[in-house]
Amino acid sequence: MLRRTMFTVLAAALSIGAVVAQQDPVTTRENLMKENNKHALVVVRMMRGQAPFDAAAVDAAFAQWADTAQKLPSLFPDNSKTGGDNRASPKIWVNKKDFDAKAAAFGKSVAENRDKGKGSLAGLRTAIGAVGKACDDCHKEYRLGKD
Amino acid sequence: MIRKLIWLAAIALVLGLAVFWVLTAPATVLASALPAHVLNLANGKEMFYAGGCSSCHAVPKQPDHNRLGGGLALNSPFGTFYVPNISSDPKDGIGTWTEAQFVTAMTKGTSPSGEHLYPAFPYTSYQRMTFDDLRDLFAYLKSLPPVSGHVRDHDLPFPYNIRRTLGLWKLLFLDGMPWQTDPSQSAAWNRGAYLVNGPGHCVECHSPRNALGGVIESLRFTGGPSPDGQGGVPNITQFKLKSWSETDIAGTIADGMTPDSDRVGGNMIEVVRNTSQLTAADRAAIAAYIKSLPAIEGRKAAPKKPE
Repeated sequence: MLRRTMFTVLAAALSIGAVVAQQDPVTTRENLMKENNKHALVVVRMMRGQAPFDAAAVDAAFAQWADTAQKLPSLFPDNSKTGGDNRASPKIWVNKKDFDAKAAAFGKSVAENRDKGKGSLAGLRTAIGAVGKACDDCHKEYRLGKD
Repeated sequence: MIRKLIWLAAIALVLGLAVFWVLTAPATVLASALPAHVLNLANGKEMFYAGGCSSCHAVPKQPDHNRLGGGLALNSPFGTFYVPNISSDPKDGIGTWTEAQFVTAMTKGTSPSGEHLYPAFPYTSYQRMTFDDLRDLFAYLKSLPPVSGHVRDHDLPFPYNIRRTLGLWKLLFLDGMPWQTDPSQSAAWNRGAYLVNGPGHCVECHSPRNALGGVIESLRFTGGPSPDGQGGVPNITQFKLKSWSETDIAGTIADGMTPDSDRVGGNMIEVVRNTSQLTAADRAAIAAYIKSLPAIEGRKAAPKKPE
């Protein structure tokens, strides 16, 4: 009996693990982008004077974006062109090289601007100007508008 | 009898053509209509960024906003427009234009050669601008570098390729009125209203259009399909932006982050590249006006096509 219970629990745990591992790339990248934006809003609220400067929160935002930049190239496999609330442009898969280059440029910008960003409010403005441009350079080509 | 009828038909045709010709005559602003003016180049620059000239006129696929050589292809339901060169180049740009010719193009939609310009160039909004602002803007444009290269003609099917017919379109959608100040509102609100409805031409994308391509007045600012067919443009009345404060709106057009924790997309990316260059006071004025737009639901989005 005990054995059977343990076996069931183990099987259940394994299957949950499998589900998590197989979470589809569309959902994964959407969640990442939403998380990126949450951090971005925290940071720009400091820039607008809607919140006090908080170096730790800035650093957390850059950590989140660095993580995204590192994952981005693997999140657009050929089988993820449709499904979910998908705003990925079909052009991504036509110009995959350019897309990957833009993702890499984003990662580079995040890495280069992290120290400047958490250093001071003035530094943050410059840093976010650069990182934001990297976001937009890619979104302009490869993110579709909302309906 | 038949002969008489033919004569009558011929006379009717000639009269009809004459009426059409008179009704569709391109309007101009004469140099004599322009009063004395003290040039303010800084104001011209502010108008340049409020007007977003470079979003369409900058040479595509290069980062310099001041290279206004044109060439961008604008897809529309009426065909493809190719954005002209408005750099200071004397041959291919507007280097040899007079002030009156520039004011005419901006407020009457008429070219220096006396032809109608297509309203893809949003003179329906620019007509609200003051002569002073237009002349400062012209001087600023002429201070930017010349870019050589003539842009190809628009690619429009019949009947849209007959420029003269635009005269009828203008009778319907171009009233020739400058922006009217509302004395019951604050100075900031009035400044914002002017910037939004005049140079900013926000309404051109943030409104639905009728079958003739005119903005539907009762649904101004309620959003609509993107003019280039790529996705949609959101409603910016209080129907949609109720939870946004004025600071949120001013912030969104300064740094591109919305208070809903999203980043602006599509053509708004280019808009923010321009509005981020405005003075903070002008952004705040724009926000004060946008925040005052009464809530209008607008049209329901078309149902999504099944995949």
